[in-house]
Amino acid sequence: MRPEGHVQEHFANIEVQRQAARLGMWTFLATEILLFAGLFAAYAEYRSLFHQAFVLGARHLDAMMATVETAVLITGSFAVVMAHHYAKSSKAGMTCLSLLAAAATGLAFLMLHGIEYWHHFEEGALPGKYYSFPEIQAVGASMFFTLYFLMTGLHSLHVMAGVGVLTWLAWRAAGGAFSNNNYNAVEMGGLYWHLVDLIWIFLFPLLYLV
Amino acid sequence: MNPSERVEPAERVEAVFPEHHYLNAGTTVRSWLLTRDHKRIGVMFLVAVILALLLGGTFALLLRFEHLTPGPTYVSAVTYNRLFTLHGVIMVWFFLIPAIPSVFGNFFIPIMIGAKDVAFPRLNLASLYIYMFGAAFTTWSMIHGGADTGWTFYTPYSTSTSTVVAPMLLGIFILGFSTIVTGINFIVTIHTMRGPGLSWMRLPLFVWAIYGTSIIQVLATPVLGLVLLLVGVEHLFGFGLFDPARGGDPILFQHLFWFYSHPAVYIMILPAMGVISETVAAAARKNVFGYKAVAYSSLGIAFVGFFTWGHHMFVAGQGVFDAGAFGVLSMFVGIFTAIKVFTWVGTLYRGAIRFTTPFAYICGFLFFLVFGGMTGIAVATVSLDVHWHDTYFVVAHFHFIMVGAAMMGFLAALHYWFPKMFGRTYHEGWGLVSATLIILGFNATFIPQFLLGNMGMPRRYYDYPARFQSLHVASTAGSTLLFFGFVIIFIYLALALKYGRAAGRNPWGSRGFEWETPSPPPLHNFEKLPVFTHGPHEYQGTTEVPHAA
Repeated sequence: MRPEGHVQEHFANIEVQRQAARLGMWTFLATEILLFAGLFAAYAEYRSLFHQAFVLGARHLDAMMATVETAVLITGSFAVVMAHHYAKSSKAGMTCLSLLAAAATGLAFLMLHGIEYWHHFEEGALPGKYYSFPEIQAVGASMFFTLYFLMTGLHSLHVMAGVGVLTWLAWRAAGGAFSNNNYNAVEMGGLYWHLVDLIWIFLFPLLYLV
Repeated sequence: MNPSERVEPAERVEAVFPEHHYLNAGTTVRSWLLTRDHKRIGVMFLVAVILALLLGGTFALLLRFEHLTPGPTYVSAVTYNRLFTLHGVIMVWFFLIPAIPSVFGNFFIPIMIGAKDVAFPRLNLASLYIYMFGAAFTTWSMIHGGADTGWTFYTPYSTSTSTVVAPMLLGIFILGFSTIVTGINFIVTIHTMRGPGLSWMRLPLFVWAIYGTSIIQVLATPVLGLVLLLVGVEHLFGFGLFDPARGGDPILFQHLFWFYSHPAVYIMILPAMGVISETVAAAARKNVFGYKAVAYSSLGIAFVGFFTWGHHMFVAGQGVFDAGAFGVLSMFVGIFTAIKVFTWVGTLYRGAIRFTTPFAYICGFLFFLVFGGMTGIAVATVSLDVHWHDTYFVVAHFHFIMVGAAMMGFLAALHYWFPKMFGRTYHEGWGLVSATLIILGFNATFIPQFLLGNMGMPRRYYDYPARFQSLHVASTAGSTLLFFGFVIIFIYLALALKYGRAAGRNPWGSRGFEWETPSPPPLHNFEKLPVFTHGPHEYQGTTEVPHAA
């Protein structure tokens, strides 16, 4: 993206340009929600088919770890809000730091989730034909782990993308790209990061708690 | 644009080809490949979708020729399956989905709303390259890997076939991004970049139709993306999500697939309806009858289209209540469509109609839409569908809508806007000849298929009993006519590009906003930014000059 400070030729003024970016981002977020909606639909169906297995599966997952992960992600969202605030008040250093902090929470989340995955690999609680976990033998147990890996996997891919975006924004902030009349990119990146966070807020209870 | 400016005497005499316009604003290859001009991107999309049409059409012809005789004619059964997969995938995703929005939407939306470009020009260019890459990759993977699943790639077959499916799915996944980006671009452009005086109720009806289409593109395509990912993962790793042996449910695949693929039909037909709304008014030289009804019915179709997907699954083990609900919801689409048909016919009534090539396509469109729509109501009736499901009747029905009507819309748009896009006129006589050939050829191809389906000919079958042969031969003959119609169009439009007479600003005497600017338009669309003082289809009391030049 070019510096938003100057208005691109085809826009009438900066306000129209900002509004366009905002609407575009929100529309994009709607597509992301629908992407996940398919998986949530699959979850609903298989949960009603294999209720027992899903309850046992959820109980087996590490809810404590997931709680920590949730806290980490929410902290990241807070950092992004601060970045937006600092960018608006033209504080380049603090903007950069907040963005880096948010990206770091993303990395921390991925590491914690990696540990979770590793445990499941070790015990054989894996999707479909790879399932070899002796403790839960209920019909449909492998389906629970299929959905667990698909949903959290797709979410983790989004976290990775988010970390990339935040790092890129931090790099630009360090170069002084943002100021009180030019903070659109931070806002857009922030919106995306909040969405990634929000999807997790739905995954967490559905997979770990209920 | 105030009334006193409407008649420009210069145009009565002779049209002059403008000296500077978007086509010669830069002549290097680079100036095309790296352009951000929505008009050039639209033109490049036009070239791409015409190539796709040619490719998909060739495969269709090959399929039809195979059916000249029962049993093997000249390809094997396996090749036949690969051919209909190629035909379906190419026609649906390379041609029908982008045909009108990415070509004419790109070119005309900004001009119609008085903007210099779409909201995100670089994303727009990206959508072109994503499309090109996705299309090339998908074609390569289908030819190389021999996918034989059909364009619907139903599980469990698609996850267990020995042919290579995953790269094809990845290619279509990539194409989906192009659709989404285009949809987001149009929504934002229409919301934020309308010129002074252009309220929502003054938007040209084509813009309304594209707006409805964009909403579907944005909301339905991600679900397709997910389905493609899941089938790909299933095919590669066997997670068992759709595999009954592991508790998976293949019907879930069908639900997710049709949640996209039914609304996708409206991605194809809504823009065509928009084109017809524009051209009907211009052809009849009358206000569109019931502007608001046409505008809102586009949104109505976009909305209700999301709740009809189950009508593809009446025989897939659906509950009686579900089937009934989906059947009734599907019929709502018929209501919105009928509103549009009545308003178009109402517009034509007592209009000053000129029988031009676009008008020929309007007639074709109305016939195909009503015929295809009525058979749609028929197949949405559960008890009837049980008989017709997966037969040629369904094939003929959806070809009437997706190909017949949508293609008429595409061709009407191409002929109506060709003078604006390229600044030259084509040979009207040949235009009418090819329109006649195409409309007759299309009927000859698909009316026999309705009969075949009713007699029990299943779709996608390689072989058939000898008593079906005469109808199959008739269908193949029709498809040949259709093909020649396209060849003629290709020839006279190519000639018109070079030798056509200068079209002038407004050869149709249309009141549409896009005709206020020179043909072809200048680099930034307007000599001076327009101020909108009237509606887009207000003909009453105007003295706009028809057929200047």
